[in-house]
Amino acid sequence: MQRINDTIRVVPIWLIYLLGVLPAGLLFYQGLSGALGPEPIKALEHEYGKLALQLLVVTLAVTPLRRLLGLNLMRFRRAIGLLCFFYVSCHLLVWLLLDVQLLGQILADIVKRPYITIGMAAFVLMLPLALTSNNASVRRLRGKWRSLHRLTYPAALFGALHYVMLVKGFQLEPLIYMGLILLLLALRLPAVQRLRPA
Amino acid sequence: MAHRWKNDLSDDDVTPYSAFLNRRQIMAGLGGAAGLGLAGLAGGTAQAATEAELEPNSWEDVTSYCNFYEFGTGKGDPAAYAGQMTTQPWSVEIDGLVERPGSYSMEQIMEAMTLEDRIYRFRCVEAWSMVVPWQGFELADLLNLAGVQEGAKYVAFETLYRPSEMPGTAYKVLDWPYREGLRLDEAQHPLTIMATGIFGKSLPNQNGAPLRLVVPWKYGFKSIKSIVRMTLTDQEPQTSWNMANAGEYGFYSNVNPNVDHPRWSQATERRIGGGLFARREPTLMFNGYEKEVAALYEGMDLAKNF
Repeated sequence: MQRINDTIRVVPIWLIYLLGVLPAGLLFYQGLSGALGPEPIKALEHEYGKLALQLLVVTLAVTPLRRLLGLNLMRFRRAIGLLCFFYVSCHLLVWLLLDVQLLGQILADIVKRPYITIGMAAFVLMLPLALTSNNASVRRLRGKWRSLHRLTYPAALFGALHYVMLVKGFQLEPLIYMGLILLLLALRLPAVQRLRPA
Repeated sequence: MAHRWKNDLSDDDVTPYSAFLNRRQIMAGLGGAAGLGLAGLAGGTAQAATEAELEPNSWEDVTSYCNFYEFGTGKGDPAAYAGQMTTQPWSVEIDGLVERPGSYSMEQIMEAMTLEDRIYRFRCVEAWSMVVPWQGFELADLLNLAGVQEGAKYVAFETLYRPSEMPGTAYKVLDWPYREGLRLDEAQHPLTIMATGIFGKSLPNQNGAPLRLVVPWKYGFKSIKSIVRMTLTDQEPQTSWNMANAGEYGFYSNVNPNVDHPRWSQATERRIGGGLFARREPTLMFNGYEKEVAALYEGMDLAKNF
């Protein structure tokens, strides 16, 4: 594990950002070119949303991976978290500008449709996290920073719930995300942490 | 008896299959006569203008963007996996309150029916839409073939359920087999057809080969695919989506811009094929077939009987 940790230590953070935003542009281009199929708006909306959920799972996995396996991805966590917020924003923008299009409709949807209310709540919870994901904020907020960033947990739950609630019929994929997120949150419970020798 | 319903199309209006493939823009002349019998409807209004511009979606749109959950819940899954479904031989069991119950082979049915073209709007409950050039025959004719008994009030339909050829049925997304139903007067309405083809070709499997229902004024899921059984009953039949979530999917499921799906608005829709910047369009009452079918629901509260 030490060797893996040493190897990934040389990966520059900017490379993570670069590789991370690449799919956003690629997907948009595919939407324009027809590669996302006959209904590119929904496809783009879903792809951005799913990428955000995947990155959410990865950020939540950073701490348990270090504790349980000794794999240290801590230096990438901010980049992964900000990329997650970036994809949540892309997802939201596609919904606002390309999908629903009408402002009146958007406001009505946020109030009337529980899965959208919950999705918006996840976005709102993530806003302060994104805004304080910088060294200056960490210094200024000190101990409070850690408490603030526990908002990741409800944001992740809401994000997964948003997906579970929007599908038709009984579908497996959203439940997998929900399961992973619940598992990663459960690993943080004090009772669970006490179960294994340090 | 075919051709009970006039669609104002002459043989000259039938667009060759190649033209469907090669051009997205179909001549305004065909669009105007696009099988809707609305030529006399309020000329000059915005609605009439929409009617005149009604043009079929591309073969690509219709055959690659499908909901057929027996093959998976992704829109591309049916096109990817439905090829393995055996559609020959095929027969439809017609039973219940009919004079001549039994197994009707596809050959038997095709021999007795007269095929005709119908260009219909298709509105999915998910708020997207297409225009599809179907070939088929009126369901009423098939019902007559079996002979509807006095006392029959509904028709129940069932889709093929064959797990070995249907990977999506490994998951209980719905309570298989897929089930749908119509009131008898809806089933006998001249707009209600059993489709066997699109664009002048046999139905691709992903579109419900070899025989599917098309009820153009209802949400797409009512137009059940790959039918193996029809039962005439005096009781409202169970339908799959209603069984899965009665609060979201009613028995009638008529297209109605004024009655929202609990999770999204039904006031607007997006035509498939418009690309990344396609605009939403207003959804029409009964999907634009109000003149033809509104009488079926006279006196009913459509917000309750959704």
